[in-house]
Amino acid sequence: MRLSQLEVGETGIVKEFTDLEMSVKLMEMGCLPGEQITVSRIAPLGDPIAIHVSGYQLSLRRKEASTIILQ
Amino acid sequence: MDADLKVALVGNPNTGKSTLFNVLTGLNQKIGNFPGVTVDKKTGFCDLPDGRRAEIIDLPGTYSLYPKSRDESIVFSVLADKANPLRPDLVVVILDASNLKRNLLLYTQVADLKLPVIVALNMMDLAKKSGITIDVDAFAQKLGVPVVPISARKIEGIDQLKSAISYANKVALQEDTIDVESLAPQLIAQISKEIDVENPYYALQLAHQHETLKFLSTEQSDRIESLEQEFSFHSQKAQATETIARYNFINDLLYDTVKKNETAQEEDISNKIDKVLTHRIFGFIIFFGILLFIFQSIFAWSAYPMELIGDFFVWAQTSLHHMLPAGPLVNLVVDGVLGGLSGVMVFIPQIAILFGFISILEDTGYMSRVTFMMDRLMRKVGLNGKSVVPLIGGFACAVPSIMSTRTIENWKDRMITIMVTPLVTCSARLPIYTLLIALVVPNRNIWWVFNLQGLVLTGMYLFSLVSAITVAFVMKFLLKSRERGYFIMELPVYRMPRWKNVGHDMYNRAKAFVLQAGKVIVAVSVILFVLASYGPGDRFERIEQKYKQPQYAQHMNADDLHHAVASEKLENSYAGMLGHAIEPVIRPLGFDWKIGIALITSFAAREVFVGTMATIYSVDGDAEKIESVQQKMHTAKTPDGQPVFTVAVAFSLMMFYAFAMQCASTMAVVYRETKNWRWPASQFVYMTGLAYIVSFITYHLLK
Repeated sequence: MRLSQLEVGETGIVKEFTDLEMSVKLMEMGCLPGEQITVSRIAPLGDPIAIHVSGYQLSLRRKEASTIILQ
Repeated sequence: MDADLKVALVGNPNTGKSTLFNVLTGLNQKIGNFPGVTVDKKTGFCDLPDGRRAEIIDLPGTYSLYPKSRDESIVFSVLADKANPLRPDLVVVILDASNLKRNLLLYTQVADLKLPVIVALNMMDLAKKSGITIDVDAFAQKLGVPVVPISARKIEGIDQLKSAISYANKVALQEDTIDVESLAPQLIAQISKEIDVENPYYALQLAHQHETLKFLSTEQSDRIESLEQEFSFHSQKAQATETIARYNFINDLLYDTVKKNETAQEEDISNKIDKVLTHRIFGFIIFFGILLFIFQSIFAWSAYPMELIGDFFVWAQTSLHHMLPAGPLVNLVVDGVLGGLSGVMVFIPQIAILFGFISILEDTGYMSRVTFMMDRLMRKVGLNGKSVVPLIGGFACAVPSIMSTRTIENWKDRMITIMVTPLVTCSARLPIYTLLIALVVPNRNIWWVFNLQGLVLTGMYLFSLVSAITVAFVMKFLLKSRERGYFIMELPVYRMPRWKNVGHDMYNRAKAFVLQAGKVIVAVSVILFVLASYGPGDRFERIEQKYKQPQYAQHMNADDLHHAVASEKLENSYAGMLGHAIEPVIRPLGFDWKIGIALITSFAAREVFVGTMATIYSVDGDAEKIESVQQKMHTAKTPDGQPVFTVAVAFSLMMFYAFAMQCASTMAVVYRETKNWRWPASQFVYMTGLAYIVSFITYHLLK
């Protein structure tokens, strides 16, 4: 299951990443393996999405979200 | 002013770093530029309780020492490069107490560089409200550095922070956060030995960033590269391992020192606001409402101060002319330099108003929502969600709008926005359009309600937006960027704007514009003034002589005589000669040499076109008396008796002004914002080229 497949309000736990370069940036922003992610909203045009992680709100594009694999 | 101590402020974006900087330095600050990047270098002075004076440097907000953009790379350069004149004696790391986990990542990196560090724990009030309790003493003890709880907004804890700065150690006492050496033991040891670096984390950062660091010599950089190969160092893998290790340290630290009970109140309010402001329908309606309001305000609120500034300079020029003896030097100073200065000052109201709004949008957290909502749409054409604001602002004036592109972090998006913003119909084009439309478009209604002239004008506005977007789309493929297009962006909690910051922003932007772009604008204005006021040889004297002859002096009234002299002088000036010289080039567009002169003189500012036309056709060219210019242009005939301003010529001319880079101020600002003459130069070339092609097509289609 990838982060991009979650609906608004759904929660998942980060397992691993498919893109090393992206993972480095995502981890710096607090999306680490074992961390809980909740999708808080989706932009009016369907992309990007906003997630709740590590105590704050982060937005990222669907393409970027699809590199995060959830448990 | 000499400082006893240099202090750098480091922190994540949205942590109140600028607010703290403003509180510490007051209005005692200076904005410059870091070499090579376009973030403002903000420095200021702060008096410490022990009587010493500290120079405070506000470094760009960043989430990590590994830069995501060129602007962020400045943080590591300033902190690490021993030769950097800005290198601080002490670093104050600002942490958002309500969001400690992610904030601490940057702290652990900075701490491991082993510079003396103090932590300012900002937004303690907010943390308390959202149910977070921090054991500050235990926190400070674990880190091994002084931790000062503050609230920069409410100006709490600032005195304590100042005394902490003055009592701070000269040596770094902080605890290690992670075992840096274990990340790449041999490589770190070898770099430390060869490049003479004491700190292992500094050595590791060199390994990661050597390709982009300017303070390393090419040999050093090449050597690091070959060492990396030798020890098979993989930068991204090492970074990933490091980040995970740092978060493990942070989790342990927070587990022992921070308690959170789960009633996140603040978050809920923010969430509720987001439900409305990023709503599928209302979100866009509200956003366009806000844009419309900003656009209207720039127009409406700036009109009066702009008029005042203009009137002031006219008054100053007339009184100086009365007081000083007539002569070429006085003319140059009063008409050339003061005239140019007036052309600079007149932008101040627009810049201040636009930046007031942008500051509010950024401060409240709304700007990130704009990016969030518009990203998908704007990305398709090579722009960024944040490009919307400069583009709409461009309808008023490209100058402040281009300055406002600093909010766009992505380099490529920002350059494209800068390149296309001047295509949007700015207010300086309006007098030209109204003049030409009134000349050739009949003033009648179609379908009862729509005025034909108004429709054409609206058409020109829409057309400019379409052409800006089209050019952006093309540039998306032309511009090469090494940065990968990320969109990993924090959506900060909504906050009230801090009016003091808004004021600071308005003042500082206007000041930066006057000091930096102003020079170029004044210089160009002076050159154009000389070109238009002097001619080769004794041509001017002969004109004066000619009009002193009785047949002119007796049969014309003073005003007409004055206009006739001015007109003939302009025709014989260097600008007039240039107009003649470029006639063969602009002939295919339907322009004669008179229009050529206007094209040259209006290079400093488009609206000068109307005034030049007035001089050429020997009439009074005040804005209020635009009808007389129109009358003359309407009856103007070519030597073979055809009217000069046909529909084809007028539209061709409008198209020329729609595309051509006829604005020295914009070019000066583009240079200031890009730090490279290639950008304004290529912008000038592409815009003028497009102008020529489109005018040519228009002329030949309508002829």
